[in-house]
Amino acid sequence: MPIQYYIALASCLFCIGVVGVLTRRNAIIVFMCIELMLNAVNLLLVAFSKMHYANAVITDKLTAAGTDAQLFVFFIMVVAAAEVSVGLAIIVMMYRNIHSVDINFLNRLKN
Amino acid sequence: MSTSEILFWFLSVLALFSAIMVLVSKNPIHSVLWLIIVFFAISGHYLLLNAQFLAIVNIIVYAGAIMVLFLFVIMLMNQNPETEPKRNIWVKFSAVISGGLLLWIFISASVSASDINGKMATVNEGNIGLIENLGKVLFNEYALPFEISSVLFLSAMVGAVVIGKKD
Repeated sequence: MPIQYYIALASCLFCIGVVGVLTRRNAIIVFMCIELMLNAVNLLLVAFSKMHYANAVITDKLTAAGTDAQLFVFFIMVVAAAEVSVGLAIIVMMYRNIHSVDINFLNRLKN
Repeated sequence: MSTSEILFWFLSVLALFSAIMVLVSKNPIHSVLWLIIVFFAISGHYLLLNAQFLAIVNIIVYAGAIMVLFLFVIMLMNQNPETEPKRNIWVKFSAVISGGLLLWIFISASVSASDINGKMATVNEGNIGLIENLGKVLFNEYALPFEISSVLFLSAMVGAVVIGKKD
């Protein structure tokens, strides 16, 4: 497939995530939209790794070009899993304090 | 159209439609379920690009672990459509406009970039995504980041427990 198609798809997913962060006020949904943006970037990294591989395989049949990008995706998933566990703990703490997950209650640090 | 093209378009439409439904649905539980469908569609894309290891990890980590965590938190907080906070219509409108502008910039930048014009991403071939090749690179060149990520997990675990416990 042409790489442009993958770029267009990942951009659409990323922008849907951005619109979600801007329009929703539920902290959990905002967090889910951030996950959506992370996944769009992952998809683009994998597509670019295969593009890189397609260029390198012409000269060298046993090339390992593109492996790095897929490992970056693996590390992004690792970091995302750690981030989600801490983030959801913060949201639970916020819910316990103000009995709501509306992010408009968080517009000041005091109280 | 070949089979992989049909699969590409099907998975793309599925991913975009489910991503929009994540935003549109009023019930947070439904949002989580739509997001799981997005992750399955993205895993399908990984399979199409012959990145089998990432496809399986995506399903296990994202659709399995992370989304179950989200569902659990939403059910713990008793979220339902009645308590859902709403923004006013002008904020939504301007958010869609700014998101559309961002998309326009991305698309026009990718169309005008001359060094990726006409490049193809190989579909259904190549073995760099297999676990054997990824594992060799991961445990040779990337052994140190791999070990550091275990420290990151430990600190995230401790942090989640410290933040989440009742004081």
